[in-house]
Amino acid sequence: MIDYTTVIGLEVHVQLATASKLFSPAPVASLGEPNTRVQLIDLGLPGVLPRPNAAAMVLAVRAALALDGAVQEVSRFARKNYFYPDLPKGYQISQFEEPFCRGGTVPIGAGRTCRLHRIHLEEDAGKLTHTDLGTLVDLNRAGVPLVEIVSEPDLRDPADAHTFLVQLREILRFAGVSDCDMELGSMRCDANISLMPKGAQQYGTKVEIKNLNSMKMVQRALEYEVRRQTAVLAAGGTIAAETRGWNDTKGETRPLRSKENAPDYRYFQDPDLPPLVLTDEFVARVRAELPELPEARRARYRQTFGLPDYDIGVLTQDRALGDWFEAVTAAGIEAKTAANWVMTGVLQTMRERALPLEALRITPQRLASLLRLVDAGTLTHGAAQQVFAWMLEHDGEPSQGVRELGLERLTDPLVLQPLVLQAIEALPKAVADVRAGIEKPFDALKGHVMRATRGRADPAIVDALLRAAIGTVGP
Amino acid sequence: MTPLWQQSAVSLARAVRNGELRAAEVATAFLARIAALDGTLHAFLGVDAERVLAEASALDQRADRSTLGPFAGVPIAWKDNLVRCGERATAGSRMLENFVAPYTATTLARLEQAGATLLGRTNLDEFGMGSTTENSAFGPTHNPWGESLVPGGSSGGSAAAVAADLCSLAVGSDTGGSIRQPAALCGIAGLKPTYGRTSRYGLIAYASSLDCVGACARYVEDLALWLDVCGGNDPNDATSRSDTPAGDAPTLAALQQRRDLRTLRIGMPWQLNGPGLEDEVAASMQSAVEVLRGLGAQVHECSLPAVSYAVPTYYLLAMAEASSNLARYDGVRYGLQRPGGGRIEAMIAASRSAGFGAEVKLRVLLGTFALSHGYQDQYYGQALRARELLRAEFAQAFEQFDLLLCPTSPAPAFPLGSHRDDPLAMYLCDALTVPASLAGLPALSQPCGATADGRPIGMQWMAPAQRDDLVLQAAHAFERHTSHHLRRARP
Repeated sequence: MIDYTTVIGLEVHVQLATASKLFSPAPVASLGEPNTRVQLIDLGLPGVLPRPNAAAMVLAVRAALALDGAVQEVSRFARKNYFYPDLPKGYQISQFEEPFCRGGTVPIGAGRTCRLHRIHLEEDAGKLTHTDLGTLVDLNRAGVPLVEIVSEPDLRDPADAHTFLVQLREILRFAGVSDCDMELGSMRCDANISLMPKGAQQYGTKVEIKNLNSMKMVQRALEYEVRRQTAVLAAGGTIAAETRGWNDTKGETRPLRSKENAPDYRYFQDPDLPPLVLTDEFVARVRAELPELPEARRARYRQTFGLPDYDIGVLTQDRALGDWFEAVTAAGIEAKTAANWVMTGVLQTMRERALPLEALRITPQRLASLLRLVDAGTLTHGAAQQVFAWMLEHDGEPSQGVRELGLERLTDPLVLQPLVLQAIEALPKAVADVRAGIEKPFDALKGHVMRATRGRADPAIVDALLRAAIGTVGP
Repeated sequence: MTPLWQQSAVSLARAVRNGELRAAEVATAFLARIAALDGTLHAFLGVDAERVLAEASALDQRADRSTLGPFAGVPIAWKDNLVRCGERATAGSRMLENFVAPYTATTLARLEQAGATLLGRTNLDEFGMGSTTENSAFGPTHNPWGESLVPGGSSGGSAAAVAADLCSLAVGSDTGGSIRQPAALCGIAGLKPTYGRTSRYGLIAYASSLDCVGACARYVEDLALWLDVCGGNDPNDATSRSDTPAGDAPTLAALQQRRDLRTLRIGMPWQLNGPGLEDEVAASMQSAVEVLRGLGAQVHECSLPAVSYAVPTYYLLAMAEASSNLARYDGVRYGLQRPGGGRIEAMIAASRSAGFGAEVKLRVLLGTFALSHGYQDQYYGQALRARELLRAEFAQAFEQFDLLLCPTSPAPAFPLGSHRDDPLAMYLCDALTVPASLAGLPALSQPCGATADGRPIGMQWMAPAQRDDLVLQAAHAFERHTSHHLRRARP
């Protein structure tokens, strides 16, 4: 049996995180009643003209720079002509022969990269809902700015396609270009796949797969398609050049349309829009404002903070989380301590409560103040956890939480000594064991005192008082 | 005293600002003329007399008349492919017969701001596609110089309205001659500004890279004032120019200063000044040139070889763009809708089949073909290259000449229906006007004579981009020393 090489290329649409649409001042919002985020331009009324949104150009260039693409000084908008009720003008404004960015790369792990062919700007279409009453048109999404990122056919494995998307999402999120949410549609992916005999130079017949609504689906659909195409070729058949749709429930692809029936979009330059000119100065300004990208941040965390790889991975998975962590260290907290609290306290709370970082009441400055109280010996670790929990519910400084919870550390022997005696009285067997040289029960005695003070007692002083009372010296 | 409907817009506005005339009085006089004369002309598609009088009266209520705008009380009509909030905008098409615009075109908004009395909507060839106004879905307009004659097109309603003194000035649009040619056929002045000097926002698009909002009027100075009021950058039109001179009516001021044509070098491209002209047109041009020489102008022959490709180039580009611009009329959101038996494609096809007239269908089909896969480079691509060639030749000519001159139309007004079955002959009528459109140049047509049976003949000035002031100055100087513009069809 012949061995085949899989050849995969991806076309990814990413919604730019602008406040308004690409060619209209209408707001961009995923929510809202149908047709409420719509102005004259979006309706394609007679006589309206597109009005380019400069903010979208900034984000598009940012995406190009983050992906190491070559921004073109002059590019053009073109019309893609077709009739569909969700397309108000009867054409989509896109870029065709002259995209604003050529080239670029996305890392796909183990030092490998996938090259990009091009990135171009275009506007989104509206949304149709089919009901018993008929088809409803919602134009809220019509005109929303997108960049289409087209990869070279460099991917050789469905798992690489998955990695490509994970990495692309991470980079674009860091760059502040988009939230890249495939479930919500702010990132969409079509995949092209073909097989060729191992060692061949000529690519096989390409099949395009659509309806891929998550990264997992992309990988699963590609894996299915590898199996299907291998079986067809092994049986001596040929692959049809076609577009296939992924059915996630059935776990299979189905033909949507053959390439011979592909519509003729009659692309031509849009006469309503002058060429898009992105000067060197403009690109330099966007580059200067480009946020730190994940790879650079990971290197810095290794060098500056000396954190373990695991911590670095967790803290750099999201730009805001890393920024939060850095704000804690900037307030004078040692990096590993800050990392521990961010990973266990902050991240865990976000997960448990399904809240975004900015919705948490606690701020990096307040966490730092709290940790300084621990450093100064005012709070025990246990008490600090209680204050942390308090700060999640209250808009207040940790000192206020400490007061309200009555959690100042107890270091006064005159206060602690009666509690030590109570413990000795309550746990005679433990005392006897310790006296007999068994060390383990000592923790039970100590725990008794700590519980009685709700964690406020200074463990070192409790230790000393207990040992004095039992009449032994520690291990 | 001159009846007020014969006065220039500039002097009417002055009288209204001075308090010598009330805007309502002016409006009433023009409404009366429309009522008396437009029944046979059919220059207008809609006049909302109540709104006109209400707005004119509101202007008269203004306490301080000196703050009134430069067009205070001047009755102005607009071609029905410009939208005005609350008014129908039909583009001469069944498709938009009942479409009421929810916003106002920049040009009309600037005229409102300048105090103009917006009189009504004028007839046109459907979506601007035609040279006779016979392609209007609502019936043709007749030429004031003879009811059996076409007024030209596509701004035939605007030109006829001005020629019959039903308004002082009418706004139009010019894609390949749609203002200049009807102005010539009706014996008045018509200006197509530099591409991008006036905003296209609110102009129902025919061919976006060629469409210009312009105007026609009896007096050249009125066109200068119109350009000063309506020209200038508009953020709502990305193709509008940002280098238009600003200030208080700079074009009009420059116009009023120049008294002769000394030092002006005028070139007459031989390709536009001989072949295919009717004898009386050629003769009128001849005597116009004598007048110009008498005013000190240096007039010389020159050559623009690429104009021989201008007509096919123009039609390929215009139809290609039109096929895309008119795709929005699908019956989904507004406009005419015909049922499609539950199938969306059938609904769109039925609506477009019923909504568009024959000429529009012809141009959309040809334009679609010119852009289609496998043919695009050969047709649309070739036309883009020919356009660049023509632009370069114009640039070269303007190194030697300040202005270029030729007739506006190879023939004067012809009978209605005479070109109906020969679209190619009809397209050739535009041979002299499309070159300036393709190159985006300012061009102006003004009357320069008449045939023995009294039909007006027009000549056309062209200047480098953004030198609209030059075409206006030359035309104004010619107007001062001739009386062709004062001949009236409906005194």
